[in-house]
Amino acid sequence: MSIDTGAPPSPSTQDSEDSRQWTARVRRSAESAFPPDRLLPDRQPAYMASWIYVFGVLTVVSLAWVIITGCVLAVMGPSWWHVSSVGLFVNSLHLWSVEAFFFFMVIHLWGKFFMAAWRGNRRLTWVTGVVSFLVSVGAAFTGYLSQQNFDSQWISTQAKDGINATGAGAVWNVLNFGQMLMWHIVLLPIVVALIVGLHVLLVRRRGIVPPFELAKNGDEPEKAAAGTDPA
Amino acid sequence: MSRGARGRPRFNPDRDVEEWKGAYVPYDILKEAFVAFLAVAALIALLAIVFSSPDEHAVTLKSWSAVDPVDFAQTAVTELDGTSGTATYGPPYNATPDASQHIGFFEPNQWLGVHQPVDTAQDFVIGPLRTLPNQPATQLAITAYENAPAAQQTAWTTAYEKAVANATDVRGRLHVPVGRYGPVGRIIGSLTAMSQTGGLDGTLLSNGQFYNTNYTKPLLFLADGNYLAARADSQHLSGDQWGMMNETGNYPGQAWLWLYTMWYQVPPMNTSSNGDLEVWGIMMLLSLGFVFLPFIPFLRSIPRWTRVYKLIWRRHYRELAAS
Repeated sequence: MSIDTGAPPSPSTQDSEDSRQWTARVRRSAESAFPPDRLLPDRQPAYMASWIYVFGVLTVVSLAWVIITGCVLAVMGPSWWHVSSVGLFVNSLHLWSVEAFFFFMVIHLWGKFFMAAWRGNRRLTWVTGVVSFLVSVGAAFTGYLSQQNFDSQWISTQAKDGINATGAGAVWNVLNFGQMLMWHIVLLPIVVALIVGLHVLLVRRRGIVPPFELAKNGDEPEKAAAGTDPA
Repeated sequence: MSRGARGRPRFNPDRDVEEWKGAYVPYDILKEAFVAFLAVAALIALLAIVFSSPDEHAVTLKSWSAVDPVDFAQTAVTELDGTSGTATYGPPYNATPDASQHIGFFEPNQWLGVHQPVDTAQDFVIGPLRTLPNQPATQLAITAYENAPAAQQTAWTTAYEKAVANATDVRGRLHVPVGRYGPVGRIIGSLTAMSQTGGLDGTLLSNGQFYNTNYTKPLLFLADGNYLAARADSQHLSGDQWGMMNETGNYPGQAWLWLYTMWYQVPPMNTSSNGDLEVWGIMMLLSLGFVFLPFIPFLRSIPRWTRVYKLIWRRHYRELAAS
């Protein structure tokens, strides 16, 4: 009598038809794109020796703190931080993690710009990075609108003119606290997390962009060489 | 894409890279992330302990009408006669003709129309006063105003606007010089008194249901007055103070909006009646350029020309030169 261990049969024993399954195809693609040593590498190219590389991971961990402190505020409700000293402290952590997030992200972006980090088939990595910055601006903006204090009153009554001028005010009412709060704590964080997640996966997939190759005189990057690196 | 002699794409240093064949060094990515996580925790905890965060109390219609009843009354009469900022705003609040911002034929606000309808006379003045019990004189004044011809209504509100310009605030009570403003004096006086009790805040939020989270109407009313703007100005939050980047007190605000707010400081946007749409148009184009920068010739060459990369990879180039 054989004992059922609960493990599925080995893929190699399956019919070849099964290999056309959506599930099988996605698994094969994921294994091909992200082998474990690429997803969690323990080696990096030697040129990756600059403080500028730290700002990428600082941006990601700042985002983690933004989400953690935001979740604590969400657990206790939107009015908690106005009436509780603990709530005010958590709100302060949330504020400063947002400031840190943008500070690190902007330095990271400038660093990547001056590295021309889109080279070598890394254009989508750049695109997702910039889009995550733009969506984060929107997420932060809705946070300012959700404060329920004078600041949010002033920002919303001023911002409505710009939003309305584009026509977006027809559906996106910055004076509607409930709508802005939902965008801030549900919709935009989901979008930011998805895009940042995709961005990090692309970084792992494509690797870190190599330096410009210098010509013989050590001054200018090579203008022409045979072929390209699909990286 | 230009191609070489054998049909292969020609190497473009702003698009392509040579495959890295140099050394690899040990790198503990999870340890780096964990240390960074703790370092950022320490940083934000330190900033939170030392600086806390700002929380300037919200302005209410009650506090506004108590602190500055003259400004409140001056604003209220413009809501009644339809000359306030909100009353003449156009979409999405009302259908005021030619009020939408536009660039040539491009007029998205007008195209999308009214979606948050606001009738300032009914919603901000007459409707709230109609909810007041045991005030027959006020109800008679409203009826007289509503039954009067439009020209008479305008004559009354114009006379009241002149009179209220010389009104005084005596210990929180509004004193308006006598004039030929008919029932308007009673209407605005009652609205001011109602607001000072806090009743107007609740009434403007009321939507017929118990719960409400939409503050559109009270915020529009507040924004039509000078009190909110004066308070913002004292907190360096006004547009000409680059207020979009600022925060109440001395806290950093949305500093990342520096480019957006900069366009509001320069001609022609700083004086244009279509300034918001023009600034948004510029920012949309710049944002698209930023997103698709790797595909744009010239712009994608800037990193190579500026040579800042030599500073970033200075150790690599030094070792390359030494070898």
